[in-house]
Amino acid sequence: MDILLVEDSPGDIRLTVEAFRDANPAVHIIVVRDGTEAMAYLRQLGIYVLAPRPDLILLDLNMPKMDGREVLALIKADESLKLIPTVILTTSAEEADIVHSYKHHANCYLQKPVELQSFEDLVKSVNNFWLNQVRLPQQASV
Amino acid sequence: MDILLVEDNPGDARLAQEAFSHSSAPVTLHIVSDGEDAMSFLRRKGVHVHAPRPHLILLDLNLPKLSGRETLAQIKGDNRFKSIPTVILTTSDAEEDISYCYENYANCYVRKPTQWDAFGDVVKHVNSVWLGLALLPPVRG
Repeated sequence: MDILLVEDSPGDIRLTVEAFRDANPAVHIIVVRDGTEAMAYLRQLGIYVLAPRPDLILLDLNMPKMDGREVLALIKADESLKLIPTVILTTSAEEADIVHSYKHHANCYLQKPVELQSFEDLVKSVNNFWLNQVRLPQQASV
Repeated sequence: MDILLVEDNPGDARLAQEAFSHSSAPVTLHIVSDGEDAMSFLRRKGVHVHAPRPHLILLDLNLPKLSGRETLAQIKGDNRFKSIPTVILTTSDAEEDISYCYENYANCYVRKPTQWDAFGDVVKHVNSVWLGLALLPPVRG
């Protein structure tokens, strides 16, 4: 299974990758550090020409260049990308961000916990629910 | 928290009712048995004039009158309702149903198990993620 993690904070990247490694070693996490890279990856441009379509996208909101809000809008407006479950994973608990995300068809919205244990628990829950309970769409072969 | 369950099978509705009654958080399950009634509930029409806005919608696909697919399209196509998390809960495992639902902005797709205790587990997971972990849009207004 491939997860695209769109996240600019090196600390949060490390936390997420390590927590997933513990929760589910079969998961392969691809990291991109801003929205522009995320869209290049998803559109299989340049170095990403052979990139596998992710089964799930974890998307931070606040990033340089192109932020998560823009990325979300682009993904959910794209006929071939919109079906990829896109989970917002952000420090923000602002109502405006929550409403905006769901209105733009984010599949789910999760707040990044501050404590390490809670972060690991959150990743475990994401793994249990999104990668085990939920039926995900098959990715069309290239 | 208010959950709208759109389910035409009384047995499955009872299973869901039973499973949600074990939630730690107070949950009110509102059950309608077809897509048209679901839309009336959301629009607060007729008997549903005092209906609360649900925090979450659980939507079966095999429904009489308005199909689950049609209902999903109407919910997610309506600016008033599209932000309400809508979980497809259905027996169908057909790839075309799964793709259709995600393409039409279902928040997630969960396969309904046939045995009671498995159903209870699924509900527990849906509960813990959607009514526990996830941040949801406000329902007031």
